[in-house]
Amino acid sequence: MARVRTGVRAVGAVLVAVLGASLVGCSSTGGKRAEDARKAAQASGRAAVDTPRWTFAMITHSGDGDTFWDIVQNGAKQAAVKDNIKFLYSHHDEAQQQAQLVDAAIDKKVDGIIVTLAKPDAMKAAVARARKAGIPVVTVNSGSEESKEFGALTHIGQDETIAGEAVGDELNERGRKKALCVLHEQGNVGHEQRCEGAKKTFKGEMKNLYVEGTNMPDVQSSIEARLQSDKDIDAVVTLGAPFADTAVKAKEGANSKAEIDTFDLNEKVAGGLKSGSLGFAVDQQPYLQGYEAVDLLWLYKYNADVLGGGKPVLTGPQIVTKDQAGELEDYAKRGTR
Amino acid sequence: MSATAPAPHKPAQEADERLLTTSPLKKLLGRPELGSVVGAVAVFLFFAIVADSFLQANSIATVLYAASTIGIMAVPVALLMIGGEFDLSAGVMVTTSALISSMFSYQMTANVWVGVGVSLLATLAIGVFNGVMLTRTDPPSFIITLGTFLMLTGMNLGFTKLISGTVSTKSISDMEGFSSAKDVFASTITVGGVDFKITIVWWLAMVAVATWILLRTRAGNWIFAVGGGEQAARAVGVPVSKTKIGLYMGVAFGAWVSGQHLLFNYDVVQSGEGVGNELIYIIAAVIGGCLITGGYGSAVGAAVGALIFGMTSKGIVYAEWNPDWFKFFLGAMLLLATLLNAWVRKRAEATK
Repeated sequence: MARVRTGVRAVGAVLVAVLGASLVGCSSTGGKRAEDARKAAQASGRAAVDTPRWTFAMITHSGDGDTFWDIVQNGAKQAAVKDNIKFLYSHHDEAQQQAQLVDAAIDKKVDGIIVTLAKPDAMKAAVARARKAGIPVVTVNSGSEESKEFGALTHIGQDETIAGEAVGDELNERGRKKALCVLHEQGNVGHEQRCEGAKKTFKGEMKNLYVEGTNMPDVQSSIEARLQSDKDIDAVVTLGAPFADTAVKAKEGANSKAEIDTFDLNEKVAGGLKSGSLGFAVDQQPYLQGYEAVDLLWLYKYNADVLGGGKPVLTGPQIVTKDQAGELEDYAKRGTR
Repeated sequence: MSATAPAPHKPAQEADERLLTTSPLKKLLGRPELGSVVGAVAVFLFFAIVADSFLQANSIATVLYAASTIGIMAVPVALLMIGGEFDLSAGVMVTTSALISSMFSYQMTANVWVGVGVSLLATLAIGVFNGVMLTRTDPPSFIITLGTFLMLTGMNLGFTKLISGTVSTKSISDMEGFSSAKDVFASTITVGGVDFKITIVWWLAMVAVATWILLRTRAGNWIFAVGGGEQAARAVGVPVSKTKIGLYMGVAFGAWVSGQHLLFNYDVVQSGEGVGNELIYIIAAVIGGCLITGGYGSAVGAAVGALIFGMTSKGIVYAEWNPDWFKFFLGAMLLLATLLNAWVRKRAEATK
């Protein structure tokens, strides 16, 4: 036992030493201190209306730790603060579990439900139950075709096929001949639609490459391998912002001349656009999807307003290039773009 | 009846089998990694024929990089398996390690190396936790590390969100110490115009150290003894608990190296990453000739297993096969490699 205790003491001593060193070994650049300085003057929100404090629940098909859904949430929370709404968020990437979460929200008798229809069939019954319980439903992100049929008020999101087509057009405009579409989740319908859409309008040749999205080195080496095996590829399109930077690394590793383009934005993508390592990004404005969903539910509860006239309200695609990158970088840094 | 009794002893020319000298060839055939080496050669030749660009120097560097990121973890995981235990938390532990370095440096506005040091301690502590939990309680390592796996997955997300406000870490590339740390964990070494990633060096170093431990030290004997028969090992005085805790710390060290590579290569860490990779490490170790039941295997074998994995996953890309079937091809290749491995091992044992 004595030996164990000296071991503990040794570890403790090392910890103290490291913590001490951390105070001495400060970094004079970057880090939290720089961020604090940046947002020193940012004000926190407060309710702009005095409607009753309604509760809205948002249930998405997001996996754990998805940057995109984080931005959607940020938008929804901002609108919730403004509209005096209590906002609840839950998610599960398996349709059955997601449907159960919707059921749970109905049981909680929330005043409004925001839901994604990534796997529409599995969600149909849940949405019908919400309607039966008299809870208004707004669908976001995916399910633009099913939304109305299922009885939702409005759909807010980007049509993935249209977004893909925009990519194809943009690639044509940039004179690209052979493109690679990098899918980081095999079997995701939205991803397939994006690449399909791009293929439809792209005049050159486009091929799909599936990579393991949860394993960045695998993403990098797979793209690198493909670029090495086909030197004619002059454009790589990634379907998520975190993969764009990895694709840039792969391109450097393969000594390829391909242009890297991506769906979705984040801080690094904005920086990449600014520095020219990325060609363009297709933004579907996730912040807007969350913000509008909460706001439209509030408008419905308060004023029986419905936007879109039964048609989906599109939040994208917005093509972002070097021109807008500087401005968007700041917004991406604070997690709203 | 004859009065000659049967000789009570074996004929003198049949000496004690432990003292028999075996020919070098037979020794080679008895090595656990032999099957995987044959498998690796087969996979290599296959893709060299099928995919035109597979043999380019740059392609080989890419394949080695893919193999090294698996291999850095497969080697300590193999040692653990030889010791008779599993670690299902190995995949997310890599992410945890990267997150700790990044967030500590960022939040404290500290020199990046301080975060790297803290993360080493914290990651080793997770290894100790796994080991102590296993040796002090009853459940098998499968359950205990499954628990750690789930807890780490949740903590990765929870803490990152709590501390950074988003699910990925903030960029630390503009902080002091970043470039020197990047040199150590994520630089490239150019040899004859070809860029090799430094993870390959880490990988080879880990294979060398692990092989030395296994074959040349007392701890190596302990590992084989613990994996071969825990009770017997305990009875002859092998420090079973200490050995197992040490093995989990080895896995934690590998996770730390991989995690730092992840951080300094990509600068920002996604907190949801790493899930599922633990199986890849175990698969690489098994292909490399480690027995799932413990007591048999080698570090070199695990490294070759990682190489097979790297060659297969990238070879499919070089061959430009229809991506819809990607996973199928991968699975079939792995199965074939493992079967070949098992076949060679059986042949080797039969000739003993």
